[in-house]
Amino acid sequence: MTTVEALDRKLLRDFIRLWPQFLAISLVLAAGVAVLLMSFGMSAALEDTRKTYYERNRFADIFVDARSVPISFVEIIRRIDGIEAVEARVTTFTTLDIPGKIDTTVAYVASLAPAGPVLNRPTLRRGQWPDPQSTGEVVLNAPFAEANDLWPGDRFTATLNGVKRDLTVVGWALSPEFIYTIGPGSLIPDDEDYGIVWMPERALAALLDRTGAFDNLAVKLRPSARPKPIIDMLDQLLEPYGSWGAIGRDEQTSNAFIDAEITQLRALAYILPPVFLGITIFLVNMVIGRIVALERAEIGLLKALGYSDIAILFHYLLLAGLVAVCGVALGYAVGSWLSYGLARLYADFLKFPYLIYTVSWNAYVVSGLLGLFAASAGAARAAWSAARLAPATAMSPTAPPRFRRNWIDVALRRMHVSQPTMMILRSLIRWPVRAAMSVLGLSLAVAILVSSNFFPDSLDLIIDTGFHQSNRQHVVLFFNDTMDESALEDAARLPGVLQVEGQQYLPVILRHEHRQKRAVIEARRPGNDLSRIVSAEGEIVDAPPGGIMLSERLAAQLGLAVGDMVEVEFLGNRKGAYDLPVTRLVTQYFGLGAYMDQETADRLFQQAPQVSVINVTVDPARNAAFQAALKELPRLGGRAMMVENRRGFEETISENILVSTMVYALLGILITVGVAYNGARIQLSERARELASLRILGFTRGEVAYILMGEIMLLALIAQPLGWWIGWAVAKLMTDSFTSDLYAIPMVLKVSTFSSASLIVLGAAMASVLVVRRRLDRIDLVSVMKTRE
Amino acid sequence: MSGQELVFRTDNLTKVYQTGEVKVFALAGVDLELFSGELAVLLGPSGSGKSTLLNILGGLDHATDGRVWFHDLELTDLGDRGLTRFRRDHVGFVFQFYNLVPSLTARENVQLVTDVARDPMTPEEALERVGLSHRLDHFPAQLSGGEQQRVAIARAVAKRPEVLLCDEPTGALDSKTGIQVLEVLKHLNEELGTSTVVITHAAEIRKMAHRVIWFQDGRIANTEINDERLEPAEIDW
Repeated sequence: MTTVEALDRKLLRDFIRLWPQFLAISLVLAAGVAVLLMSFGMSAALEDTRKTYYERNRFADIFVDARSVPISFVEIIRRIDGIEAVEARVTTFTTLDIPGKIDTTVAYVASLAPAGPVLNRPTLRRGQWPDPQSTGEVVLNAPFAEANDLWPGDRFTATLNGVKRDLTVVGWALSPEFIYTIGPGSLIPDDEDYGIVWMPERALAALLDRTGAFDNLAVKLRPSARPKPIIDMLDQLLEPYGSWGAIGRDEQTSNAFIDAEITQLRALAYILPPVFLGITIFLVNMVIGRIVALERAEIGLLKALGYSDIAILFHYLLLAGLVAVCGVALGYAVGSWLSYGLARLYADFLKFPYLIYTVSWNAYVVSGLLGLFAASAGAARAAWSAARLAPATAMSPTAPPRFRRNWIDVALRRMHVSQPTMMILRSLIRWPVRAAMSVLGLSLAVAILVSSNFFPDSLDLIIDTGFHQSNRQHVVLFFNDTMDESALEDAARLPGVLQVEGQQYLPVILRHEHRQKRAVIEARRPGNDLSRIVSAEGEIVDAPPGGIMLSERLAAQLGLAVGDMVEVEFLGNRKGAYDLPVTRLVTQYFGLGAYMDQETADRLFQQAPQVSVINVTVDPARNAAFQAALKELPRLGGRAMMVENRRGFEETISENILVSTMVYALLGILITVGVAYNGARIQLSERARELASLRILGFTRGEVAYILMGEIMLLALIAQPLGWWIGWAVAKLMTDSFTSDLYAIPMVLKVSTFSSASLIVLGAAMASVLVVRRRLDRIDLVSVMKTRE
Repeated sequence: MSGQELVFRTDNLTKVYQTGEVKVFALAGVDLELFSGELAVLLGPSGSGKSTLLNILGGLDHATDGRVWFHDLELTDLGDRGLTRFRRDHVGFVFQFYNLVPSLTARENVQLVTDVARDPMTPEEALERVGLSHRLDHFPAQLSGGEQQRVAIARAVAKRPEVLLCDEPTGALDSKTGIQVLEVLKHLNEELGTSTVVITHAAEIRKMAHRVIWFQDGRIANTEINDERLEPAEIDW
C-alpha cells in the first residue's frame, strides 16, 4: 500500500514541477471544452427558450398575406383537414409621426381579435391591453416603444388609409412572431425605425375599410399534419385576393433568422473543438514522451523494485489524466460562464421575455470524456513504451541519437550555413514527425486567425457593392398599392428631393421542371442610376428586354440556364402565368434577384407604366422638411433610410467583429503558446547539455539562445504558408456553407488578413520561447557538464 | 618554473556552497600560480576542491571570496559577458564526458569554435593534431569513446587557447585509449606551448606533469615538481 502512495507522490510532484508545461496544455484543452459547452449550451438555450415561447404563445405554423379576403374564408379554412386553429387579422404597413422625432417611422399594424388572439399571442410586458371597443388605443412591441421612449399614456399619429389618426399607447408587448423584426427594404433590425403596432380589430378594420375582411392569416396545424398540401390549398383559395403565397415557419423572417443563429452556433461545435483536442493529443504525446525518456533510469529502478508494467503504464497515463482533469475543469468553468452569459445576452438581444437555460449534462459528459480521451490518447504511446521497457535496458543510458550524412547535408555544406544553424536543421531532419506536427499545430493557429479575420473584408465588399454601388438612393419609398408613373412627379415635388426613379416589385412563383421558387421580380427601366444592378464582378447590368434576368443563385436552384424557358406565375394584383425566356444571369451577393425590363412588363400586362417603389435622393439640408412631407403622404406603406441602414449595418457588424476577432485571436494565441512553449521546453531539456557546452566554448547567451529559439521560430515560419492555405480552405468552406437564400458571403482575403494572422502567431511563439530562454540563461553550466546524460 | 610568464594567479580563493543550513567550503583559501607552457596535474580525493578551482579558473564559476587573475585581467571582477569573452578567447575545456554536439560531425564540432575564434587553426589541422584526419565527417555516434574525446580536445585547442583545462579527460576511457588521449595532450602542450591543467583520479598520471598539486579539504596540501617526466605510454594505471 505504501509503495503505491510513494508512486502517487512522485506523480503529484512531477505534475507540480512541470506546471507551466501542463498549464499550457490544459489551456488548449480547456478552450476546446469551453467552446463545445458554449456552443451546445447556447444553442440548446436558444432552442428551448424559443420552443417554450412558441408553445406558450401558440406560434403559428403557416403564414399568409393577402388583401381584403372575406371573413367567410376563415370558416372554410378552419375546416380543412389537419388545421387546428386559424387567426385572421387586418394588417397594413404605415408611417408614424412621433412627437419630437424628425424622421418618419415605419410600422406594421396588426389587429387584435376582440376575445384576444388564439395564435401568435403577444405577451404584455407593461401597461394593459386596449379596450376592444376603443378607437385609438394601441399596444406597441416593447423594443420599439423603448427605443422611441413611448410609454403608456403617450400619443403619436399614424397615417391609416390616407388619414392621420391620433393613437394612444396603453401597453408594451412581445410576440414570438416578431422576435427579429426587420422593416421593409432594411437589412438589419432597427428598433428605433421600425415597430409593430397592435390595435383592436374593430377600430382598425373600420379605419382601413376592412370590416368583414382580413389581410393576414396564421394557421396552426395538428401535430400529424404536413404543411405542404395545406400551403398549396391556401394558395389556391387566396390567390384571387392578391396572396403572395403562404409560407411555413422555415420562411417566416423572424423564425428563419433564429434558425440560422442556432445552426451557426451548432457549427461552431463541430469546427473548433476537434482542432483543440487534436493539438492536445499532440502536446501530451510530446511532453509525456520526453518525461518517459528522461525517467528511463527511474522506470528501470521502479521495475527492479517490483512495480508491474501495468503500474508504470497507469503512472504515466495518470499524469496525462491530471492534465485532462485540469483542462476539463477549467473548460467547464469558462464554458459554463460563457454559455450562460452569452445565452443571457442573446435572449436580451432577441428580446425573449425569459430565458430557459437548462444545464445540458450531456454536453458536460461528452466534452469531459473527449478531454480525457485526448489526454490518454496523447500519453498512450509513451506510457506503453515505458511499461514495456526491460529494467536492465532502462537503467543503461540511451544510445545517442543517430545522425547520418545524406544529400541534405551535402546541400547544407554547399550553402555554408553556420554550425548553430546546422544544429537546428539537423534536429528537424532527425525528428521529422515532431517537426511536422509542430508545424501543423502552429499552422492551425494561423488558419483560425485567417478564417475568422476575413469576415470584415468580405463585409466591406458586401457593403460596397450592396450600398455604394447598387443602392445609391438616400431613401426608398414603398407604397401599399402600385401606382402609375405620375406618382414619380408627385415624389419629385416633395421638398428637398433631388432625383427620383421608379421601380415595380412583382411577387411571383417561378417554375422549371419539378422545381419551383417564390421570388420578387424587380421591373425597372434600363439605365436607372439610383438603384442599379451590380454584378459581383462590379459590372452594371440591365435586364435585357423580352425575358427575365436571374441571379445565378436563383437560376441554380431552379436548374435554369440562359435561353431556358421558365414559367412565371404572377401573384398579388397582377395575375396570370407566362412562359418567359431567361435572357441573362447575374452573380450577386444579396438575395435571389429576378429582374425584368419595365417595358416588357408593361407589354405583358398590357398596362401603362407602373411603379410600387420610388427611390429618391434628398438634399441633406432639407431633410426635416422632406421627412415632415412624408408623414403626410397618404399611400406610403414604408420607407427605408439607406444612409441609416448603411450606418446601422456597419455599426452592428463592427461591434460583432471586434468581439469575435478578439476571441479568435485568443484561441490562436492559446494554440501557439501551447505548441511553442512546450516545444521550446522540450528542446531545452534535450539540448541542455549541448547548449551548456557551447556556453563553455565561449558562445554568448544570445548565440546559444539562437539555437533554442531558432528551431521553434523556423517551424513557426514554415507553418505560415500552410496556415494561410488551411485558413483559405476553411474560409472557402465557411463562405460556401453560409450561403443562403438571403446572401452569399464573398471570400475576400487581403494581404493584411494573412499578415496580421502571421504577426499574432509569430509574436506569441516568440514570447513563449523568450520565457523558455530565461531558463536557458539561468542554466548551471558546471552541473550540466559534470553529469552523464 | 620561475622565469616563465605567469598565466593564472589566485589570492586566498574561497568558494562556499550553502546547502540549507550547511555551509560547505569547496575552496578554503587557495593561493596558486600557474605558468605559461606548464603542464600541471591536480590530484586529490573527491570533494577536495580541484574541479571547483578549475571551473573558477576557466570562468565557469564565481569565487565567494579571494581573487583570480589571468595575466593582468582580474577574473573575479568580470560579469557573465566578460567571462564568456574570456572563455571564447583564451580557454579550452576538456571534460570527462566529451560533450560533443551529436548532430554535428567531428569537423563541424571543431568548426563551432573556429567560426567564432580570433585566430583559429583550420578544423582539419586541429583534427590532424589529434590524429583524426580520417574521421572528419563522422558523427559522434559513429566514433569510439577515445575518438570522441580526441575530437573534444581538437575542439578545445583549435582556437589556440593559452590554457587548456581538462577535468578527468580519461575518466570514461579504458587505459589504452586513455594513454592515447594523454599523448595528445602532452604533444599539444609541447608543440603549441599551451598551459595545461589536468584533474585526475589516476595518481600515476602525475608522472607526466611538470608540477603536481595535491588538494585536501579545499586547500593545497602539497606541491611537487617532477624533475623527470614519464611519457604517457610509460604510465601504467
